[in-house]
Order: sequence, then structure tokens, then C-alpha cells
Amino acid sequence: MKEASPAKAYALHLGVIALLFALSFVLPEYHHGLLARIMVLAVFAMGYNMLFGYVGLLSLGHAMFFSAGLYGAGLAVIHLGWSVPAAFAAGLACGALLALVIGLLALRTSGVAFMIVTMMFAQVFYLIILYFAAWTGGDQGLVVPQSARVLVLGDTSLGLTNPTVRYMSALVLFSIVLLVALVIVRSRYGRVLVAIRENEERTKMLGYDTFSNKLAAVVVSGTICAASGAAYALLFGYVGSTFASVQYSILPLLWVLLGGAATTLGPLIGTLFMYYVVDITSGYTSAYLLIVGIALILLVLFFPRGILGTVRQRWLGWLP
Amino acid sequence: MMPLLTTKGLSRNFGGLRAVDGVEFALMPGEIRAVIGPNGAGKTTFVSLVSGRIRPSSGMIVFDGADITSLPAYARVRLGIAYTFQITSVFANLTAYDNVALPVQRTLTGGRSKGAVHAGVMAALERTGLADRAHMPAGQLSYGHQRLLEVAMGLALKPRLLILDEPTQGLADSEIDNFIGLVREIATSATVLLIEHNMPVVMQLADRITVFNAGKILAEGTPEQVRANAEVQDAYLGTAP
Ligand SMILES: Nc1ncnc2c1ncn2[C@@H]1O[C@H](COP(=O)(O)OP(=O)(O)OP(=O)(O)O)[C@@H](O)[C@H]1O
Ligand SMILES: [Mg+2]
Repeated sequence: MKEASPAKAYALHLGVIALLFALSFVLPEYHHGLLARIMVLAVFAMGYNMLFGYVGLLSLGHAMFFSAGLYGAGLAVIHLGWSVPAAFAAGLACGALLALVIGLLALRTSGVAFMIVTMMFAQVFYLIILYFAAWTGGDQGLVVPQSARVLVLGDTSLGLTNPTVRYMSALVLFSIVLLVALVIVRSRYGRVLVAIRENEERTKMLGYDTFSNKLAAVVVSGTICAASGAAYALLFGYVGSTFASVQYSILPLLWVLLGGAATTLGPLIGTLFMYYVVDITSGYTSAYLLIVGIALILLVLFFPRGILGTVRQRWLGWLP
Repeated sequence: MMPLLTTKGLSRNFGGLRAVDGVEFALMPGEIRAVIGPNGAGKTTFVSLVSGRIRPSSGMIVFDGADITSLPAYARVRLGIAYTFQITSVFANLTAYDNVALPVQRTLTGGRSKGAVHAGVMAALERTGLADRAHMPAGQLSYGHQRLLEVAMGLALKPRLLILDEPTQGLADSEIDNFIGLVREIATSATVLLIEHNMPVVMQLADRITVFNAGKILAEGTPEQVRANAEVQDAYLGTAP
């Protein structure tokens, strides 16, 4: 949005990507695996942020877009024997299509009604997964066979179960989505999305068809979340209905709130923070969820804009 | 010459209240038309119907020969009807620059370069005297400057019809003089529909005046004719604030 310092913003984002790349060579095995997972889920958070942070639409149903990618890719491998790239594309397509349909219906509402409608649709999606247990594995879920999780590039075939391949694949996806998000929010379209968040009525009176702009944002957001789900299925080999439950609609909201809504790097920081708070506290006490809850409440009380949102407000006004 | 804007039997009820009641109105291209009338006369409701912010209960609106009654507001803006809000409605958290960039970037047709947006934004800000405040959040501008920002946003739409709803409310006297010059300049390229309570401003700017009262047009004519009209004096001029 800011006209100033585009170079600074790009340098920062490329720096974060370089840091994540370097970490691959120094992290101990456990943290290496955890960070790969966090990068994939941070993509989910970035997709959520696109709609919640920039357009100001609070959805409580984004688990369905993540699961559309998860099942779209996973089932294509398991039942149809598709290759990894084709299955990933199938996951993206499922997410984009679902987002288009849900957007057309749910965008007739706004505010609390939008939260409820998206939650209801996600619940329907969850129940459909359970109902078609013969294909989806129901509440047990399905394991994507290791033999199928191989990415063939020309003459080389990369097993996605190999930790380094997995980490680098997660990093590639994360980097692409991060840079796409940066380009979108700095673009004219990004400016319109923020205008809709700030004052939709006024945006209409400047000649913008706000419904179409919001619909496009839902599709972009849903597709990014589906990319995260598809990558999760292919990299971690498990497709399960928990990912479609309401818990996975609320998690991206928490990650984004923690890291800073409407900041490009906030979703990564929020996801990282939450994972490590859970990881560290669960090592000391079985009541770790209580501690996580308290940490969340403190953060929301003292940093209502989230970690990066606060940093931007106090110190670095140029952060995108 | 064909009118730019006509309304036929235009009405809008709020519950039992007929805020706009069977208005027959015509506006010629190039005109500066002032709309005056007491508080609650229906002036804002009338221009809101024209801009599409609210739907009429009955009647018809024709712009440049086309029936626009059922068009959504954003489509009317694209046809060239720009509306500036009576109650200041800028994007408070965005900079003055971004506020104006929104209309500029949408109206750009040819050169879609970053430079074109920048030039358009700075031109609109300079015309309204806000160029040195481009990077202030709109919410931190003084009230008078927010009103001018509204006008800058309207200007940036390159409208054929610019509707100004009480633009001088809250402006200092010195700012009002500049504003009169600005409206004259705008009127060289657009038709202006100006709702205004400040009678000296109306008398200086308007080619014609339409007087509203209780949702209806009470009188219409040149400033001299309206000033001489006894009914108008009863309804409005005598009791004007
Ligand atoms: N959204 C609304 N709902 C109900 N009544 C309304 C609404 N908008 C306007 N009115 C009523 O319609 C009448 C006309 O209001 P309007 O705002 O058009 O008057 P106005 O001529 O612009 O007055 P002012 O000079 O105070 O701006 C008033 O009685 C007002 O209370
Ligand atoms: Mg009014």
C-alpha cells in the first residue's frame, strides 16, 4: 500500500526466504521436520489472511478449503493413481471451484451472518467427508502410500518422504505464496481490497463492483488454502477428517491474529509462535492448552494487532 | 439540447414519510445547478436516488438519454455520475494519497503505468490544495481538509455529473473563496449539482436554483427569480440558518 520503499519490502521477504533455506542445513532433525510442517500451514494462514486481513471478511469455514486441497490431492493419488503434480493441481482446482461456489452464496451476507454461513458450509463439507467413508476413509482418514509420493522431474525422482526434499518442497510453496501475496497487497487490486475493508459503501461510490472484487478475493484465499492442504497430503501422507473440523477453521484465524492481520509475514510468525508455544509447554505440563489459552489472551489484550501489526504500528511503518 | 439528467415522478418513502415525492427534474449539460431547501426537505435523499445509493419507491431516472433507474451505484459512477458525501466519508486509515488513488486507478484507461496513477493523484490533490498533505492519514486531516479530500476523490473520477452535497460545511471563509474558484473550474468540464446552505456561495455559483420543500420542488429559476419568489422566502430564505 505504501508508495515508499518497495525495494526494502522485497529485500525483507527475500531475506526471510533465504533464512528459511539456510535453516534447513543447521536445524536438528526434530525442528527441521516441524518447520517444514509450519511452512505448509503458514500457507494456510496466508490464504486466510488474504480474506480476513485485507478484505475484513471473517470466515469460520476455511477448513473446507484446506480440506478440499487435502482430499482433492490425496484421493487423486490414492484412488486414481495420479502423479504428484497432477494431484496437486487437482487439489488446487477443487479449492478454487469450492471457493467460487461458497463465495457466490456466502457473500450475500456480511459480518456475523458471514461467519455463521461459512461455518455451516464447512460443517456440511465435514459431514460429506464422513458420509462417503468408502472413499474418504471416514473419521479414520487415509494414508497416502509412500510409493506414490514421488516427484518425477525429468530423469530424477525425488521421494517426498525424504526430509530434505520435503523441507525444500514446503519452502518452495511457501516462498511462491509469500511473494504472490506481497505482489497482490501492493497492487491496485490490493488497494481496492483494503478500501472494501475500510468502507465498502464508499468503495462502491468510486465505481467499484465490490461484490466481484470480494468474490475474487474468496477464490484467491480458498485456492491458497487448498494449495496448503494439497501439499500437506502429498508431503506428510495423511488425509483425515479432523482437518475439515471446525478446529481447523479457527486455527488459521488464531495464527493470523497472533502474527498480525493484514501483514504479509504475520501468518508465518503466528503459526511459528503457536506451534512452538504448544511444543515447549507440552514438554512441561499436560495442562499445556491452558497455558496456550493464557498466552493468547495476554497477546490479544496487549498486542491487539498481533506481533507484526504492533511492530508496524510502533516502529516499521513501511512493513507491507 | 438534450438534458444530461432527468427524473420523472421520482419518489422515495421511508415508512410513512415521503422524503422525495414525485420529483420532475431536468438538468442541462454544463450547468451549475444549486439545490436548496430547509433541513429535512429531501435534498440528500434526492441526490442519493440519482447516484444509486438508495433505490426509489417509484419513478424513473434518465442519464444522457438512457434509463438508469435499475443500475447499481457503481455502474452509474462508471457512466460518469460522481457523488461526494454530505457526511464526510473518506477512508480514515488510508493516506490522502491512497484515498485519491482509488478513483484515479479505476478511471485510467490508456496508460496503466504507476506513473500515470501518481500523476493523476497529485493533479487532483493539487487542484484541491492538499498536495502537501498527501501522505497524512485522511482521518488526521482537519474537517475542512477532509471535505476537500471528498471533492478531490469526486474530481479524480473525471465525472460528467458531479454531485456535491454541502461541500462548504465546516470550511473557513478563506477556504470557501478557493472552493468557489474550484467549482467554477470543475464546471468547465462537468455538470455540477450542488446542494448548499450557504446562500452567498449559491448566489455566486449557480446558473439556476431548484428549491426543495417537504420532498417536492417548490420553485426553480435563476438566482434572481428564486430570490424574488415569496413562497421560497416563506419556506426557506426567511428561516435559513
Ligand atoms: N435512511 C433514512 N431512513 C428514514 N428516514 C430518512 C432516511 N434518510 C432520510 N430520512 C428522512 O427523510 C427526510 C429527508 O431527509 P434528507 O436527508 O434527504 O434531507 P436534506 O434536505 O438533505 O436535509 P439537510 O439539509 O439536513 O441535509 C428527513 O425527514 C429525514 O429524516
Ligand atoms: Mg442533506
